[in-house]
Amino acid sequence: MTTPSRLPEPYGQGSGANLADILERVLDKGIVIAGDIRINLLDIELLTIKLRLVVASVDKAKEMGIDWWESDPALSSRARRDELARENAELRERLARLEELEPRRAQEEKP
Amino acid sequence: MTGLRYVYAVCRPFDTPLQAQLTGVGGDPPRLLTHHGLVAVVSHVPEADFAEEPLRAHLEDLDWLTAVARAHQGVIDALTTVTTPLPLRLGTVFRDDSGLRMMMEEREESFLRTLDRLAGRVEWGVKVFLEPVPEARAEPERKPASGRDYLRQRSTRTKSHEELWQKAEAFATQLHETLSACAEDSRLHAPQNPTLSGASGRNVLNAAYLVPRSESEEFVERVDRTKDGIPGIRVELTGPWAAYSFAGEETTTSGEGA
Repeated sequence: MTTPSRLPEPYGQGSGANLADILERVLDKGIVIAGDIRINLLDIELLTIKLRLVVASVDKAKEMGIDWWESDPALSSRARRDELARENAELRERLARLEELEPRRAQEEKP
Repeated sequence: MTGLRYVYAVCRPFDTPLQAQLTGVGGDPPRLLTHHGLVAVVSHVPEADFAEEPLRAHLEDLDWLTAVARAHQGVIDALTTVTTPLPLRLGTVFRDDSGLRMMMEEREESFLRTLDRLAGRVEWGVKVFLEPVPEARAEPERKPASGRDYLRQRSTRTKSHEELWQKAEAFATQLHETLSACAEDSRLHAPQNPTLSGASGRNVLNAAYLVPRSESEEFVERVDRTKDGIPGIRVELTGPWAAYSFAGEETTTSGEGA
């Protein structure tokens, strides 16, 4: 049973393997055995790691191309500003639209 | 005999030696500890890093965690080429060999059962992404000529987003059905956060498939064939992995009790 038959070339592994793929497996899958050293891996769930990235090491995260919080209004004041700017622009357009409709309606309403 | 025992995996005894230059966690080459019909693959790691307190502190450090995760996966990967390992979760540490032996003895039966179930199988990871839609599509965004025009442009945009999303969902569902049919078992994992993966697009499907080695080539070809399906949808294949997602005990669908 243990004769390894030919396997296709590995895909997406090796040094370039996606860190998320690896962490997902080594932290979250595999057999759980209580060793002599007790640590609670639940404390370092991926989500926690992610949040910690923001708090602990913004530069490192940016280096890894991780900058999602910059566009998350809950986390970034810049994103909040962007959001406001977007909303502002949208409101302006709606106003312009209404103003455009107004004279026409005024005309239509004329008997 | 100083140092703690970091355990990567448990497997059946195997003949092919591991690559000589293989280094494990902390740079310590993995060693084999045989007990009855089982082999544990271990590294000797310093207490200064792997005792409870320092380990907890280290796990907060993404660089450290990354290095250990890659080393762990590197050893599991090497094992996968020569045998079928049961990968243990990262950070399984014992004080000494005798503690480890005791654990192996206690769990011998369940290890053997799981090893039988997984022998000769590997895991393939398949992810489907919905590529981000470039803001300016075919026609560059023109300034709306009127309010109505603005609304029309907007609803067209929203609609095409929605359609693409639905298409991606349908594609992912169908792909999962197809692949499940030619795998022995499958698991659906939570979609990956682009934060950690660094992958572009939204992760619509994140699945793992248990496939016999002998059928792996066929499986890979099948996935490859789907790759140039629909524009805007990307399929990613990773593996072969050790059967991480299927190593949990008694989770098989073959009707074993919990």
